[in-house]
Amino acid sequence: MIRATQKPLSEISDLLGEARRVLVLGCGTCVAVCFAGGEREARTLAGALSMAGRTAGHDREVRHNVVQRQCEPEFVREVEDDVAWADIIVSTACGIGCQVMNERYADRLTVPGVNTDFLGAPIEHGVFDERCQACGDCILDTTGGICPIARCAKSMLNGPCGGSQDGRCEVNNEIPCAWQLIYERLLSLNRLDLMLRNVEPKDWRSSRDGGQRRIVREDLRL
Amino acid sequence: MKAGTNLEYVLSSGHFAATGELGPPKGADAEVVSKKIGLLRGFVDAVNLTDNQTAVVRMSSIAAACLVLQGGLEPVMQMTCRDRNRLAIQADLLGAYALGIRNLLCLTGDHQTFGNHPQSKNVYDLDSILLLAAVRDMRERGVLINGEKAEGAPQMFIGAAANPFADPFEFRPHRLAKKVAAGADFVQTQMIYNVPKFRDYMQRVGDLGLAEKVYILAGVGPIKSVGAARYMANNVPGMDVPDAILRRMSKAPKDKRAEEGISICVEIIQQAREIPGVAGVHIMAIEWEEALEEITSRAGLLPRPTAPKPEEA
Repeated sequence: MIRATQKPLSEISDLLGEARRVLVLGCGTCVAVCFAGGEREARTLAGALSMAGRTAGHDREVRHNVVQRQCEPEFVREVEDDVAWADIIVSTACGIGCQVMNERYADRLTVPGVNTDFLGAPIEHGVFDERCQACGDCILDTTGGICPIARCAKSMLNGPCGGSQDGRCEVNNEIPCAWQLIYERLLSLNRLDLMLRNVEPKDWRSSRDGGQRRIVREDLRL
Repeated sequence: MKAGTNLEYVLSSGHFAATGELGPPKGADAEVVSKKIGLLRGFVDAVNLTDNQTAVVRMSSIAAACLVLQGGLEPVMQMTCRDRNRLAIQADLLGAYALGIRNLLCLTGDHQTFGNHPQSKNVYDLDSILLLAAVRDMRERGVLINGEKAEGAPQMFIGAAANPFADPFEFRPHRLAKKVAAGADFVQTQMIYNVPKFRDYMQRVGDLGLAEKVYILAGVGPIKSVGAARYMANNVPGMDVPDAILRRMSKAPKDKRAEEGISICVEIIQQAREIPGVAGVHIMAIEWEEALEEITSRAGLLPRPTAPKPEEA
C-alpha cells in the first residue's frame, strides 16, 4: 500500500496562512493503515492545529472529517458541506487524495498534511519498507520476487554492485542489499541461471520517465 | 588489435601491465592535471581518469583524459552510469573517441549519497554491464543502443571493474563472467590488501575459464597512514583491509609509515604477480602520485614497454 508520514505540525501551520476555518480531511484506506492520516490522525491533527492557532493568537476554527477513499471523486463528494464551510482544507491522504480534492473542489485550496513516501509493506510493527516503484513493467518473475528497481539504490538490472557488504547496501547499512536477497532467493529456488544471464536495458517509458501515465480500460468505459 | 592502444599492446604481447590513476581536480585548473601527468609518465602504460569519483564533482574525465593525451600519456577514461542517461553516455562516448580517447573503463558508479551533492537526482538508466555491452556493440556492430548505425563507430579497448571482496563472495566470479560476456577486454580490480582471499577469487575465476578471455589487472594502492588504513577498513564498502596490515602500519615509526605503506604495496604487487591469471597491476595512488616512481621501480616494473611506432610508409 501507499505509505505516508505526517508533515511537522509547524510546517502544516505555516501552510494555513490567515485561514479562519480549516478542514482536516483524513482518508480511511492506505494512510489509515500506516497510521499517518486516517480518522484518528486527522482528529489529532485538527486538535493540534486548533491549539497551535490559539497559542499564536489566530482566530481559527478547525474541524475534521474522513472519507473512505480520498483518491476517488465519488467518495470526496460526501464532504461537500464541510468543504463549503472551510477556507482551506488540509488533506492527510496521500498525494493522490490531495489532488483529487483540488480537482473536485477547484474553488478552494487543499494543502498536503502528509508526505507521501512510497509503496511498501510493514516489515515489523511500526516499520515500513519500500517494495515497488510502479515502473509499469514488472520483472519480479526474474528476480525471485524481490524488486531491484525499488530496492537497489542504483536500480541495477545486473547486480550486485561492488558496494554490497555483509548483505547490506553501500548507501546505508540499515538497508539490505536487494541483490544479495535476490541471490539467496534464487539459490534456494535453484534458479541462479536467472542471475547469470545478462539483462537488456530497461524500457523506462512505462515508468514515469515516459511522462504522466494513464490506463484506459475500454471494457469498463461507459 | 581491437583498438590499437598502448595498453592493449602491452597486454596482448604478454608483458605484465601497469596502469595508474589520476584524480582530476575539484576545479578547472589544468595545471593540476599537468603536474600529476609528470609524476606518472614513464612509470605506467596508461592512466585512469576517474569520473566524479566517490560522487564528488570534479573536472570531467573526458577533459582530463584529453589533457593526459596532450601530456604524452595514454588515458583510460572512466565512465559511470550515475550521472548520465543512455543519451548522454553515448554522446560522451562518441565525443571522447573523436578526441582520441581509446581506452574506456565502464562503471556503475558510487551512489551520489557518498559525495558532495547528495541532494541530486540519480540516473542509473544503465548499469556497468549494460554500458559494457553498449560500447562493445558500437565497436563490433557499429550500432547505438537503439540499433541505429553510428557514423564512425568508436573502437574502444573496453575495461570493467571487479570487486573480489564484495558480497556475495561466491557470486563475484560469475559477475565477472557476465562482464566478460558483455564485452570487457580488461578488468581492474578493487584495491587488494587481503591477498589470500584474492587468490581464492582468482582460482575460481580460472575455473570458469575467464583468465584466458580477459586481462585481469590486480588493483593495489599504497596506504599513507594508520588513519587512512582504518578509514578504508571501516568506511569504504567492499574494502577488505586485514588486521595484519593495520598492525603493520601502526607498528612502524610515525615518520616511516608512508614508507611502510609503499613497502606493503610493493609486496602485494609481487605476490599478485605470482597468481595465475593476473596480467598486470592497477596502482591507485590517488593524491599521492609521487609514490608511483618508487612503487614501480621497487616492484621491478620498470622500464615500461612501449608499442612499436607504426612504420613509415
